[in-house]
Amino acid sequence: MKNASKMIPCYSADTAGVCSAMYELGGMTVTHDASGCNSTYSTHDEPRWYDIRSDIFISALTEMDAIMGTDEKLISDTVKAAEDLHPKFITLCGSPMPMMTGTDFDAIAEEVERRSGIRTFAMHTNGTHSYIDGASEAMLAVVTEFVNECPKADGIGVNILGMTPLDFKWRGTSDLMKKWLGESGLEYISCLAMGSTLDEIKNAASAKVNLVVSYAGMASAEYMKDKFGIPYVCGVPFGIRAAESLADTIKKAAESGSSVLLAERSTDTCDTVIIGESINAVFLSSALYQELGISSSVICPLPTETRLLNSCDAEYLAEEDIEKALKELSPKTVIADPLYKSVIPKGTRLIGLPQFAFSGRCFEKHMPDLIYTDIKEYFK
Amino acid sequence: MNNNYADPPYVKISDADASGLFSSGLEYNAPARGMWNIVHMGMLIPDAHQIYVCAQGCLRGVILTAAEMFELDRLSWISVSEEDMFNGHLESDIVDGTADILRRLDRKPPVVLLFLSCIHMFAGVDFENALNELSEMFPDITFIDCYMTPTMRQTVSPVVKMNAQLYAPLKKREKDPKAIAIIGCDRPTDETSELIGMIRHAGYSIKDITACSSFDEYLSIAESSLNIFYIPTAKLAGEELEERFGTKALYLPACFDSDELKDGYRQLCGALDIPMPDLSEQESRASKALSDARAVIGDTEIAIDFTAVTRPFGLAKLLCEHGFNVTSVIADTAGEETSAFEWLKANRPDLMIYAAANVNMLNFPERPHSKTLAVGQKAAHYFNTDNFVNIVMNGGYYGFSGIEKLAALMTEAYRTPKDRRTLISHKGFGCASCLDS
Repeated sequence: MKNASKMIPCYSADTAGVCSAMYELGGMTVTHDASGCNSTYSTHDEPRWYDIRSDIFISALTEMDAIMGTDEKLISDTVKAAEDLHPKFITLCGSPMPMMTGTDFDAIAEEVERRSGIRTFAMHTNGTHSYIDGASEAMLAVVTEFVNECPKADGIGVNILGMTPLDFKWRGTSDLMKKWLGESGLEYISCLAMGSTLDEIKNAASAKVNLVVSYAGMASAEYMKDKFGIPYVCGVPFGIRAAESLADTIKKAAESGSSVLLAERSTDTCDTVIIGESINAVFLSSALYQELGISSSVICPLPTETRLLNSCDAEYLAEEDIEKALKELSPKTVIADPLYKSVIPKGTRLIGLPQFAFSGRCFEKHMPDLIYTDIKEYFK
Repeated sequence: MNNNYADPPYVKISDADASGLFSSGLEYNAPARGMWNIVHMGMLIPDAHQIYVCAQGCLRGVILTAAEMFELDRLSWISVSEEDMFNGHLESDIVDGTADILRRLDRKPPVVLLFLSCIHMFAGVDFENALNELSEMFPDITFIDCYMTPTMRQTVSPVVKMNAQLYAPLKKREKDPKAIAIIGCDRPTDETSELIGMIRHAGYSIKDITACSSFDEYLSIAESSLNIFYIPTAKLAGEELEERFGTKALYLPACFDSDELKDGYRQLCGALDIPMPDLSEQESRASKALSDARAVIGDTEIAIDFTAVTRPFGLAKLLCEHGFNVTSVIADTAGEETSAFEWLKANRPDLMIYAAANVNMLNFPERPHSKTLAVGQKAAHYFNTDNFVNIVMNGGYYGFSGIEKLAALMTEAYRTPKDRRTLISHKGFGCASCLDS
């Protein structure tokens, strides 16, 4: 069974990806789902919930609503809440039950927008897909709606695309990214969607390069390349040397106008396996090679594209496939979220790298700072 | 305070109708995590293994509940994809996935709690057939149908149903005339309570799922000759055990009214065939404890929420009767508390009732608040106070001794602020938590 798991968790779902991407932008996000189902997101997918208030709500769908098709309740409740809270925009997300009943979120969003006078987005989530898909759709909606042509910044302006706490340590990462950009002679324009306001994001077309830090940012990057001619570079500035190298790649991309997807990786036999989101894992692999001479391959259990991976990398979604692959590869070291422990072969060393989209709050206190920071000690 | 909400989050009790306090609308989720969910409850059955079949978004909460309490090895899952809902595999995946998981488990559990979700109910999945097939494949395992169906909360609440299913693996046994079970609780009842004292003094042993350390011990709950419950959500569990084993179910509500408590004890004595003891000393001690607490707490405003005690309006009435300044109750319904509600309406007409999940409660903590003593985690959060009594579902306290203990906890909370963020973030009050490590 490819969809059965004995022990390891599943990743955050598409609805969580939408909520996470929209969290800091001043909008109101409504998931059409049962009462209480928002506690999953607010407890396990959202580290900002206690400290930063955001208009993220649930519609409290009941079985009778589903049977009777009472879309009107969702519409009027949403409009009523918007009257009280005055969000900058509204986002509607689907969940499994509305998918079964064929709820037309595009039509509902249109009606909410007509009644409230507030721009309303329909997200095509249903709770069965990955947070990457949800965050990707949400980010694309934001850039499509709010980013318009504007004068370029004087220097090499950079947008960060695809950053949410589901993939990146919430506290500290934005500051480290800004520090890295500043010290590399690059100019921070905006970050979608962690640490930037909607107004900052509206100015995103002033950038010369987009930095895609997770696959959730890829669709937005492609859109901005087509619409504004902004090239993108995939990468995460792990470590010091690798971060400097990534900054050089951005500068070259600004000059050439060409996008860069791949990282400098070892072609040697790999004795280390990294499990994680594709761009994060690939660029960690690159950083380990550049900083420590470690050759590593990647197992990506999340949506991505083959063009982002090397031939030694693999895409496996199921617990049993990951377990089997690790057994066959028999690596000396696995770098992965600590909750992968149960599928790591005996005798293999596990270097825990907690990811909120996988283990939620379990290891939040132990998340390391790896951005523009010496990583040698952590991975030696 | 803004009085022009399209969807007001509060109502003055004098203007409130006990039959419906608030209209339904969008909901906010306060970051107070102490209430137990179906995963915490399922873990009460020793050695049971939980398997959830649902969409990824629904799975996440249950899996990480188990992970946070270090019980991930007792929970597995089968994710339902978009295609599964239309390709005819919805039912076969339940059986195939469960069988696959069980074959891969190192140790076969005696009981599997198999949870289906809203989409299965909506699709009319034949749950019974799936359980029969699994029982044939694994004859040594008892499979219990369980439900993660929050959309059905207005017909059969998942917590009520889960409470009943916790006792479903029990098999009929010869009754022990000197054994009594307390059912439906998520923690043991305070040993110093007069309830426990009366039962033990009459020579009865007490069986309680919260105290079972082995599956055999759990099975012995079926030997009970009387099942007592005091949490309203255990009513269905009591009724089903009465129907299956003929064991009388006795509801002794965890209330704060002296007459109602004594009436319950009289019923208990009748069931145990013992004389009603003189409880005046316990009653006096409770009253004195409240007076002592009042002397310390004075006119400080008090907010009570429904997660702390199952009868928040009853507690508010008791405290008001003893001179406390109860100003707020957080509750979405008056439930079975009509009498206390009406008393407060007549005697404390300015008491405010707040909707626990109303969207306009989102920014309520940031509003200016007078110094407030909170009873419960949600009250602590919404009234932005570190002076709070940190209990969930009565905290195991009961009766006059429970009132005495609660008065002491209120005094302590008034005197000593708590680390609110840490305490209310802890999921499942009383359970182990990785947040502590």
